[in-house]
Amino acid sequence: MAERSAAARRSGTAVLVLVFAFLYVPIAVLVALSFNEGGLPTVWSGFSTRWYVSLASNQDILSAALNTLVVAVASTAIATLLGTLLAIGIEMRRRRGTVLEALVFAPMIIPDIVLAVALLSFFSMLDVTMGLHTIVLAHVVFNLAFVCAVVRARLKSFDWSITEASADLGASALTTFRRVTLPVILPAVIAGALLAFTLSVDEFIIAFFTAGAGRSSTTLPMQIYSMIRFGITPEINALATIVMAVSVIALAISQRLNRGMVGQ
Amino acid sequence: MTGGVLDIEGVTKNFGRLTAVDDVSLSIRENEFFALLGPSGCGKTTLLRMLAGFEMPSGGKILLDGADVSRVPPNRRPVNLMFQSYALFPHMSVRANIAYGLEMERRPSAEIRSRVDEMLATTQLAALADRKPDQLSGGQKQRVALARALVKRPRVLLLDEPLGALDKKLRGEMQIELKRLQDEVGITFIVVTHDQEEALVMADRMAVLRDGRLLQCDTPHEVYERPADAFVAGFIGVMNFCAGSAVAEGVRASDGSLVAGTLPQGIAAGAPALAAVRPERIVLFPAAGAANRTSGTVEALAYHGLDLQVHVRTPLADKPFLVRMTADAADSRSIRTGDTVEIGWSAADTRIFKS
Repeated sequence: MAERSAAARRSGTAVLVLVFAFLYVPIAVLVALSFNEGGLPTVWSGFSTRWYVSLASNQDILSAALNTLVVAVASTAIATLLGTLLAIGIEMRRRRGTVLEALVFAPMIIPDIVLAVALLSFFSMLDVTMGLHTIVLAHVVFNLAFVCAVVRARLKSFDWSITEASADLGASALTTFRRVTLPVILPAVIAGALLAFTLSVDEFIIAFFTAGAGRSSTTLPMQIYSMIRFGITPEINALATIVMAVSVIALAISQRLNRGMVGQ
Repeated sequence: MTGGVLDIEGVTKNFGRLTAVDDVSLSIRENEFFALLGPSGCGKTTLLRMLAGFEMPSGGKILLDGADVSRVPPNRRPVNLMFQSYALFPHMSVRANIAYGLEMERRPSAEIRSRVDEMLATTQLAALADRKPDQLSGGQKQRVALARALVKRPRVLLLDEPLGALDKKLRGEMQIELKRLQDEVGITFIVVTHDQEEALVMADRMAVLRDGRLLQCDTPHEVYERPADAFVAGFIGVMNFCAGSAVAEGVRASDGSLVAGTLPQGIAAGAPALAAVRPERIVLFPAAGAANRTSGTVEALAYHGLDLQVHVRTPLADKPFLVRMTADAADSRSIRTGDTVEIGWSAADTRIFKS
């Protein structure tokens, strides 16, 4: 018995290692190659940061990075504000039914490509000139749903009587929000914002459809996609590594904030 | 019914088709310790929330110092509520929690500091001033909630089941403590409670509610001694009931024997009625002159330290009579389960209600 279970445990561990290898070896290779002196994907010719340096002098990439930053910051700011208010509104009158809830979650579930085509048709129907601003609006659509979901999770355990206590002690609705509600749910709001930021930074399909013509509204994922058509360069590896590092750090902070709240 | 610090005039509250509070009128006096008492669902909390401003009455008026405040939002009423859950701000220290209400009044910071310090001293919280609520015990949280409401010196302090979350021993201490505090600060207290003992101990006057209606409003002594109806009689303290029909000299029990007592006005002879007597008014082995006497069998004995409760099965009622006697008195007569005993009480101790 004991022997067989030890064997089972060993094979279980092997499967686990394989799964994680499948998930992370490609990423590890990419990160490693971004530091490869030679630039050939098949030969390791020594550690170097030259691709990162050359990245910094590539005007196309720099402007795409700036665009991505603008889109991510703007859409995160708008989505965080609206998503938080929406979450509070829904939780305050939860008994009113679930149609509203389903509507809020729809953008999380609808395939990106559907959302992308829908937004493209919508913007052209309205005859809006597309550019960074339309990408921002498009990203707000799904980011809103994610921020709302994170904040609502926190509000499930929120003691609403403290908002009544605040009113009872003489605070207006706005003061109550500023001094009581917001500070208590702030970790969830920041976690939601960081999640929205990472989603926006690497979003490709929707941005691609709503960017309009011209290079001026190219975001990083779009830039990488266009570069890759001429083959993978070590610069792309370096760029991908940076994007990944930013995303991972933001997600890690977001999760830590979420976990910290459980203790409260 | 006007002229109190708080006058409730014919207040009704409907939630859809449900009437939570039904035409309640009360006048609460300055510096009074007033209790709203009733079983859960009787509308006492809804009434309290209307006094605080969290619910608007569907009908009637709430007057504070003679001015109609029925539609004034909670943040503009000189009335504060101590929440049943305490509702302390979890992200603020004890000191910040207490200072919050004064900050909302935009008091100068020097005044806020001195008033908060004073309140911390009054409620014996000075040593805990920098703690967060989750570092406090239940009793400490209760004191912070109290201090936070009291520091604003409201005209009326509302307390929703203030001792509900405390264990029994602490509850006893806090009943006395609340009473002392109320005396010290000189503020009108209105306490909502479902615990009749709590109301009897703390209140100057109490109102008993049931199904949204006010049944009786009087001092604890009057409510206990002269309950308005059979429900109040059974809800406040313990009462022995005996069903029958009203006759001129009392109630004729179903077995044909008479329970002597004074028939109150409003009950016609022949109407179904309930005779009632408190356990402590019944004596075992009554003297020959007792107006009411019956014999029965001892069904159970319950020793409570100070007193002994004897359950006596009699032909008068379906339920055994509860007789309360001091343990000393019980010692002199050894009573055992199964014994046949005589019980009796005077006609003046009989209360008669409509059934």
